[in-house]
Amino acid sequence: MSPTLTDASRVRADPSDGLAVLEARKSQAETFGIPLAVLAELTHRCPLQCPYCSNPLELERGGAELTTDEWKRVLSELAKIGVLQIHFSGGEPTARKDLIEIVQHATNVGLYSNLITSAVLLTKDKLAAVADAGLCHVQISFQGSESGVADRVAGLKDAHTKKIEVAGWARELGLPLTVNAVMHRQNLFQLADVIQMAVDLDADRLEVANVQYYGWALKNRAALMPTMEQIDEASRIVEEAEVRLKGILAIDYVVPDYYALRPKKCMGGWGRQFFNISPSGKILPCHAAETITGLKFESVRDHPIAWIWQNSEAFNRYRGTGWMPEPCQSCEYKEADYGGCRCQAFALTGNAGNTDPACALSPVHEQIFRAAMNEAAGGDRRFIYRNFSGGTLEADTHGA
Amino acid sequence: MLARHAKLKFDEARQVWVILVPERVLAPDEIAVEILQLCDGVRNVDQIIDVLAAKYAADRSLIGADVIAMLRDLAEKGFLAEAQDTKP
Repeated sequence: MSPTLTDASRVRADPSDGLAVLEARKSQAETFGIPLAVLAELTHRCPLQCPYCSNPLELERGGAELTTDEWKRVLSELAKIGVLQIHFSGGEPTARKDLIEIVQHATNVGLYSNLITSAVLLTKDKLAAVADAGLCHVQISFQGSESGVADRVAGLKDAHTKKIEVAGWARELGLPLTVNAVMHRQNLFQLADVIQMAVDLDADRLEVANVQYYGWALKNRAALMPTMEQIDEASRIVEEAEVRLKGILAIDYVVPDYYALRPKKCMGGWGRQFFNISPSGKILPCHAAETITGLKFESVRDHPIAWIWQNSEAFNRYRGTGWMPEPCQSCEYKEADYGGCRCQAFALTGNAGNTDPACALSPVHEQIFRAAMNEAAGGDRRFIYRNFSGGTLEADTHGA
Repeated sequence: MLARHAKLKFDEARQVWVILVPERVLAPDEIAVEILQLCDGVRNVDQIIDVLAAKYAADRSLIGADVIAMLRDLAEKGFLAEAQDTKP
């Protein structure tokens, strides 16, 4: 009768297939069971202008956003069909005036809620109110280890200082804290300091996320792409820290797949264990899926979510392994990585149905990755900041 | 008892018990669920072991070892809290 705890799912960072563990227990494991966790982008509005923003280039305007009542209906629906965790993201989710009401509703229907925030719009009272509404966890993004680099990347003065302050409030309120640090060529030299910052902030988890290149980040690739030497050094620093900080800080490390030989199991496989809800209610297989032109996405305004998950053409197009071309189709790893990333295949080859160029077996792997390495060596520093008008080139004050 | 960021819940859709923690879902087995339900912030660990030993008419030391191992595992992951440290 030894009690056991199975780590059923690391929703975003771990390749283990948590859904299968849970579904198998009922031995009616549908191929496409409902996800354990869903990402809700409450808005695309954001005071930051990070050049690697994961939102689409074509941002959804405030007027198109779901209303408070629509979000509440969506949350009720999610809870009913078996979603367990909800990540409130954006844009900047705290830009929604009804955030407290939305979090309260998630609590009322039994969803475990996580707030993914830049923190710069929060006051102590507002964070306390969100905590009282039942928020279970908060994740704060950082753009570097100190204001000089961090505020420049965020495109917002004093952002870093504010984030440090809010992280302190989160811990005072007893909220578990994850520090999310997005890393690239222009801040990787601060990685050791970022890790120490997370320890000093009493964070439980640190996500060291190297930039993934779609949308805004692809537009800024020349200014962001790390060198091979930087990645080797980063991996060494993370490995050392993981050992030294065991039991103090959990570190999730996302390597940039441009420098990998095998593609990542993106989203755990297209339409297998994750979906994203856009500010206007579109159900997407991942937050970057709209970069793929020619796919039709369904809205919560038109159909039940369960129906969309099962029937959406956009989900079914790249689900499973049947859609795969060679060399994927006969590859022994096809169910290990489910073909990698469709958005990357589209961005780099023009066809989302092609082999992910991150894979060494892709016919264009060499050519594309040599180009990226040249960009990394090129030293172009200027960012194109993310905004609603298609991006703004950083002023040339660095002699680039 | 479980910390405020760790929630034990019966998942109606899948008909299983789960523990919800940041970024993860844990799947406890039946015995683990029973132990956690006894962790009400009032009973101490000895009392929990007493309840289970009586219910299963089993050797107290065997039950005790299991209970302590599981609670230690959860505590090391930061999912347990002292009763007085958390909101009711």
